[in-house]
Amino acid sequence: MNPIQTLIKELADVHGRRRESILPILQGVVEQEKYLSEDSMVEIAREIDIPASDVYGTATFYSFLEAKKMGKYVIRVCKTITCSMKGKNQVLLTIQEMLKIKLGDTTPDKRFTILETNCLGWCHKAPAMLINDEVYTELTPEKVREILSSYMKKNGQI
Amino acid sequence: MSKKVNLIINGLPVEVQHGTTILDAAKELGITIPTLCFHKDLCVAGNCRVCVVEVAGQRRLSAACATPCDEGMEILTNSLKVRSSRKHIIELLLSEHNADCTKCYRNGNCELQEISSEYKIMTQDFIELVPFKHYSIDAYSPSIMKDDSKCIRCQRCVRTCSELQGVNALTVAHKGDKMKITTFFEKSMRDVVCTNCGQCVNHCPTGALVEKNYIEDVWDAIANPKKHVVVQTAPAVRVGLGEELGFPPGSRVTGKLVAALKRLGFDSVLDTDFSADLTIVEEGTELLTRLKKALVDKDDTVKLPMATSCSPGWIKYIEHMYPEYLGHLSTCKSPQQMFGALVKTYYAKARNLDPADIVSVSIMPCTAKKFEAWRPEMHDSGYRDVDYVLTTRELAILIKQAGLDFDKLEEARYDRLMGDSTGAGVIFGATGGVMEAALRTAYEIVTGREVPFKNLDIMPVRGMEGIREAVIKIENPVKEWAFLDGVELKCAVAHGLVNAKKVMDAVKSGKADYHFIEFMACPGGCLGGGGQPIPTNPEIRQKRMNAIYAEDKSMKVRKSHENPEIIKLYKDFLKEPLGEKSHQLLHTKYTKRDRF
Repeated sequence: MNPIQTLIKELADVHGRRRESILPILQGVVEQEKYLSEDSMVEIAREIDIPASDVYGTATFYSFLEAKKMGKYVIRVCKTITCSMKGKNQVLLTIQEMLKIKLGDTTPDKRFTILETNCLGWCHKAPAMLINDEVYTELTPEKVREILSSYMKKNGQI
Repeated sequence: MSKKVNLIINGLPVEVQHGTTILDAAKELGITIPTLCFHKDLCVAGNCRVCVVEVAGQRRLSAACATPCDEGMEILTNSLKVRSSRKHIIELLLSEHNADCTKCYRNGNCELQEISSEYKIMTQDFIELVPFKHYSIDAYSPSIMKDDSKCIRCQRCVRTCSELQGVNALTVAHKGDKMKITTFFEKSMRDVVCTNCGQCVNHCPTGALVEKNYIEDVWDAIANPKKHVVVQTAPAVRVGLGEELGFPPGSRVTGKLVAALKRLGFDSVLDTDFSADLTIVEEGTELLTRLKKALVDKDDTVKLPMATSCSPGWIKYIEHMYPEYLGHLSTCKSPQQMFGALVKTYYAKARNLDPADIVSVSIMPCTAKKFEAWRPEMHDSGYRDVDYVLTTRELAILIKQAGLDFDKLEEARYDRLMGDSTGAGVIFGATGGVMEAALRTAYEIVTGREVPFKNLDIMPVRGMEGIREAVIKIENPVKEWAFLDGVELKCAVAHGLVNAKKVMDAVKSGKADYHFIEFMACPGGCLGGGGQPIPTNPEIRQKRMNAIYAEDKSMKVRKSHENPEIIKLYKDFLKEPLGEKSHQLLHTKYTKRDRF
């Protein structure tokens, strides 16, 4: 068994092998892998004996279950109205400028991915973004530069 | 105990069974409520909303297809509020639909087109969304084309693929405005578990799912004077074609069908029923050989139950879902492919034709046959055995294009050499038919007597029940088959892949001890095939089935092994069933495929 198969088997042992087990298993895989590959979805389908198309349908319905390869740090900028009004575009432009990639892309070194997300529930401290599970609020271009620089340094890169 | 409820629809009182939907109650009063996502074959979805009606006392409109009647309900199906909402709903659907009707394959037989025409949608009040969506067409499958720009997301295809067929090749993915009907990882229909059965095509209300058509290719072949174009027609086509050409469901149009094909310019009009008879002789012999090996030689490598192999949708299904059971499939090719292999060998020789100059066309009630003809292993004649497969619907298009007045055509007979058939061949078109035809022949080979059923009608294997079983006891067999004396031959019939799954699971778990199982991918068998006229629903299938059995009854010869052309074929060419030539031309092998 390859590591993905082992992971999915362990997740199924914990969450069960019923239809309703799809979601926690998908989340478990994303937690480890950052995204759901074709192989892992096939493996989930096999493990709990449901059609692969159903796994795909479920995964694509939910946010935060990406089906595309993601970088180590997934940046999600809130795209909803309050954040938009409070300068989300400047935030996004700053990130894109720093990482030299466009929204939806991953840096060639596979470390950062930029995405947009629906409301994070931080409207009172808009604009907001997530980097993996960490939330950053009341963003300004300066603040964003600071935050991103610290992430870049974390990996010994300026 | 069935409770009745009374309600009033448009001022008219009506009493219906408890649980009846408003849609059906209105129908009893002769009131039609328009529908789109609703289909009699499928569970209620209630997502398109065109069937909305006003229920007194409720502010919101209700979907008539999804709302059961209650005692004392007062319903308006055509109030101002209903009309304007319904019109808006249709307009909204159209705003997401590529309404380039004149260039659509379903132009003239599209439920969305019909309903917009009924409601005279002449303006465009909503922003057209199609141009923003960058749709592409999936045309890689040899059987089915999928064009998302025409999809209205009613999910009939998804329900068909899962409820009727248990295949789940199609699914709903993404959400909101990005929601779409797609396959696993949005792959081409060619690269997923799709069995090509075409039930999704038959259930699609618009042109989002259509068959890959080969109409122009066939016209080109006919127009080419160097080519000898041979056409074969499947059993179920003769009881379906009429519906496309103004006849009521269940009309038998065999003679007119032959006449039309001749008028279209085919050089020889032949019958798949002939090779259906041939299939019976080969497959019946194969079954008896397997039984002999199992019972006499005690050969434990023999795979029983033996499963039929005529339905290409079923074949692809078992290749994907139960690849470990491929040894249970009869090695016989389907009648279409047997016919194809013989046309470019036996027929070519007898007619003194170069097989390279023969174009072999088949008219099938089926989209999976297009894939079957395309399979790399189907070249045993040294050429592609069947060049083009047209559905019943495509043939109707050819006939209309040629300007034939189908109704007035004088009935004609199939040409000879591979045009003669029996009642056993024609019942291949109905679920249970292959089983019945096989039993008529096998029983007679073993006992020397006709099957012990009145008029050769083996009623236990007939009908629309999803899974049917029959047991036939063999008594006083002829010397050669003496070992079968007293053996109870256990048979099962399954149609619709969801039923095939049930039977296969029973076989897998050891709960079923059948000897022989007939599987048909489509509900009702070929007569309900994915290439048959749209609409197809339970009533229409029943009518086509009645027509098939009436056709059988009208045939002089009703047992495959008595078909004079089959006897001649063995004498002149094949020599014996399961002989060397048969193995080379009429039998095939199967491919393991991924289930996911």
